[in-house]
Amino acid sequence: MQHQNWNGFKQGVWQDEINVRDFIQQNYKEYTAGSDFLAGATERTRALMQKVQALFAEERAKGGVLDVDVNTVSSLKSYAPGYIDQEHELIVGLQTDAPLKRGVNPFGGIRMARQACEAYGYQLGEKVETEFRYRTTHNDGVFRAYTDEMRLARKSHVITGLPDAYGRGRIIGDYRRVALYGLDHLIAEKKKDKAALGEGVFDAAQTRLTEELYQQLTFLGYLKEMAAMYGYDISQPAANAREAIQWTYFAYLAAIKEQNGAAMSLGRVSTFFDIYIERDLANGTLTEEGAQELMDDFVIKLRVARHLRTPEYNELFGGDPMWITEAVGGMGEDGRTLVTKNSYRVLNTLYTLGSSPEPNLTVLWSNALPRSFKEFCTKVSIDTDSIQYENDDVMRPIYGDDYAIACCVSAMKVGKQMQFFGARCNPAKLLLIALNGGYDADSGVHIGPQMSVMDTDPLDYDAVMQRYDLYINWLCRLYVNTMNVIHYMHDKYAYEKTQMALHDTQVERFMAFGVAGLSVVADSLSAIKYAKVHPLKNEDGFIVGFETTGEFPKFGNDDDRVDRIARDMTHRFITELRKTPTYRNAIHTLSVLTITSNVMYGKNTGATPDGRAAGAPFAPGANPMHNREQNGALASLNSVAKISYDDCRDGISNTFSITPEALGKSEQERIGNLVNILDGYFAKKAHHININVLNRETLMKAYEDPEAYPNLTIRVSGYAVNFHKLSREQQREVISRTFHQAV
Amino acid sequence: MSDLTGRIHSIQSLGTVDGPGVRFVAFLQGCPLCCGCCHNPDTWDVCGGSESTPTQLVQKALRYKEYFGSEGGITLSGGEPLLQAEFACEVFALCRKEGLHTCLDTSGCLLNDTVKALLAETDRVLLDIKYTDDALYRSHVGCSLQKPLEFLAYLQQQNIPTTLRQVIIPTLNDTERNVTELKRIAAQHPCVDKIELLPFRKICQVKYDEIGIPFAFEHLPEPTAQQMTTLNQLLNQ
Repeated sequence: MQHQNWNGFKQGVWQDEINVRDFIQQNYKEYTAGSDFLAGATERTRALMQKVQALFAEERAKGGVLDVDVNTVSSLKSYAPGYIDQEHELIVGLQTDAPLKRGVNPFGGIRMARQACEAYGYQLGEKVETEFRYRTTHNDGVFRAYTDEMRLARKSHVITGLPDAYGRGRIIGDYRRVALYGLDHLIAEKKKDKAALGEGVFDAAQTRLTEELYQQLTFLGYLKEMAAMYGYDISQPAANAREAIQWTYFAYLAAIKEQNGAAMSLGRVSTFFDIYIERDLANGTLTEEGAQELMDDFVIKLRVARHLRTPEYNELFGGDPMWITEAVGGMGEDGRTLVTKNSYRVLNTLYTLGSSPEPNLTVLWSNALPRSFKEFCTKVSIDTDSIQYENDDVMRPIYGDDYAIACCVSAMKVGKQMQFFGARCNPAKLLLIALNGGYDADSGVHIGPQMSVMDTDPLDYDAVMQRYDLYINWLCRLYVNTMNVIHYMHDKYAYEKTQMALHDTQVERFMAFGVAGLSVVADSLSAIKYAKVHPLKNEDGFIVGFETTGEFPKFGNDDDRVDRIARDMTHRFITELRKTPTYRNAIHTLSVLTITSNVMYGKNTGATPDGRAAGAPFAPGANPMHNREQNGALASLNSVAKISYDDCRDGISNTFSITPEALGKSEQERIGNLVNILDGYFAKKAHHININVLNRETLMKAYEDPEAYPNLTIRVSGYAVNFHKLSREQQREVISRTFHQAV
Repeated sequence: MSDLTGRIHSIQSLGTVDGPGVRFVAFLQGCPLCCGCCHNPDTWDVCGGSESTPTQLVQKALRYKEYFGSEGGITLSGGEPLLQAEFACEVFALCRKEGLHTCLDTSGCLLNDTVKALLAETDRVLLDIKYTDDALYRSHVGCSLQKPLEFLAYLQQQNIPTTLRQVIIPTLNDTERNVTELKRIAAQHPCVDKIELLPFRKICQVKYDEIGIPFAFEHLPEPTAQQMTTLNQLLNQ
């Protein structure tokens, strides 16, 4: 196929099939030099950003939600076009008819939508209530099928945060397809797929997929109409950089109008855009300043994206993040870097627009990245604390060179793979339940295999492990079954029509399980193995605490004795999970990621043998427990790096906080040292790291006077947040974390 | 390999302030001096710390090799590593075999054949010239300024790259004269390619309290950031 809007592009198979990767490979221009070429913010950008800052301040003043349209169910065409400043916007489109005004999205569950409205002083409109009286939501479906045991598991918090009352998210549409091909072509291709399916046997799976294709086609049509409401015809391929960004953004916007998934990630668009920008620069229709302006305007749109959540949800995740994750950089399979000038431009928005948690900028780090790009990244990290890093050298061999990150750490091939998000289970609580023979002392629930309370004193490691294994087996089976129910119902009642339309028709699916409190479990088992752990019982004979005497190795000190326990734990869980088949034959994966829920998980878990008090927070993600590290920062990184990515294909999150002084004496030294730290950590096959370069004193000040630090951004497990949006409890937990300091 | 062991006070796997780049820093136990400004009084006791063979220590350092980049490596600090020169020498020899850059953080209070053998395996020395005034040196360190100066002369003779360091202690050496003198000493020794002024800090007070010994400089103030900037400007003029 040929198109005039493709003039100047190198030909390839991308013209004959939907293949954005091939288009990128044929046409992108790698960039290996430094950041000198970058332009700053223009007057227009600054003025627009000022308006946005004022809106943010107003939103904060109103308790976090500026406005809610309670009468309109969010969808692609349900709102009139909205603008921040119509005359001066280069990229247009808002979720509702006004910036920061939130829509309601009851498809995941009407109760959640109702509570979210009420929490901010609104009431869900009668029209919406009536409409959904005759409609089954995802949440309705799930609770029709949940077993008593699944409900108990939820109640006791041994499995928690499950997407059974809200959109599951973690799906990335290949939004670039709209820019490259235009909607008419995408619609024609999907129609062909649907016709081809009709030739096969109509079993349940085939029938379901056929109906899904019908829905996909409908929503591609809506997408075209939505763009038309803004005055754009996106039926044809984008003709220039501005259109490429606009078309792509419309596709993303449609996704977040339709779905309120927990994580609505963007994918990997920067280098794709660079191809259009380079073409415009070459033919003289765009300047560097203009290119930065386009990226700035696009990023402003991402920064004003919002979903209406309940306060409980915000408490769990620290504010109301969208995880608009953009994967930047990485290497190509042919050895060329995928870093382009536009990789720099998207990071540069942290300077032109100021630091910000969204979009969630994620650098795909490879040892082979150009040194100047590495140095630019670490400089941005040191200045803004707004970047996370993930190991391209471990992911590229698995996912190729056109994958992206959903949410925080979940890799998937763009447009070819998706995942069923599954929150996480709590192995620390499970250990306590196992010791108590199937009783959860925190919730008072009897759950799992019922047997006597462990009665050896001190606890015997082999006996504990034998019993723990039994409970792991039980929980893993229950966990997979629960997830199967949730995702069956989500497909049935809240299918992601826009996003899946921007996938291949035959996709590969992951089912992403998770564990919280890995370091608590590792240290607890280490204590049982190497020290003496005496269980303390209450009057009913249940264990409610421990007295631990003697020394034991602790995770985070590069000590194989305990690090092996942590590694073995994740191996046990994934091996056990794989034994229960998944819905739609999804591939089982596992993450060690808690987002900010480590605080909530800890709150619901009694005292543990490692000496952690009842209710005290867990360490986030795969982090060692706070202040148990004795050999410095790199020892802690080495411990985390030992957890195998093969066991944890859904990601291993590590959050690293260091004071500027501990990174080196001068700015130049800090930049270089941080590059070396990242190179070393990833050479050890570690998967992910968040970098915070700041002083505890700064956080203390922000804790005392949040209003004075409205833009203080910090990285938490897998994403960034505005410090002021964290709950007081989460703020205290962040402050108490280990800060690696100079000695 | 001999069955020699050394006494290690502690390990810092991420050192960025004791030598170039990212470094594995081993603080050796034991020091013959008792400088009033010392921030590691817990390293003085020659009988403290834990024992390690050179191979064990180097094996530990090698776990961090990937982080060292082109500049980093291992630093032996203390305490006073010269007290365990034979051990340090063997550690550095092993490190060099593994391609690790070796850096010695010392007061230069001792120079004998064992120390000379150690220096033959050393890629860089961080030499702490505590005062440039002999009277101050004698009263607050306990020996003559001649000791580190002789040490420096030997470094020059062997042409070992050297960083001169000094802790700036208000009322004692926070003077223009002292910095000028430090510059003069450096100029006489071309092996010195860098001078670092470190601010005196009192966060070590807790360590003194724990051990139950008095902190000699407890009464002295810490230098202000402005003071440090002024002295550094003078240094770089």
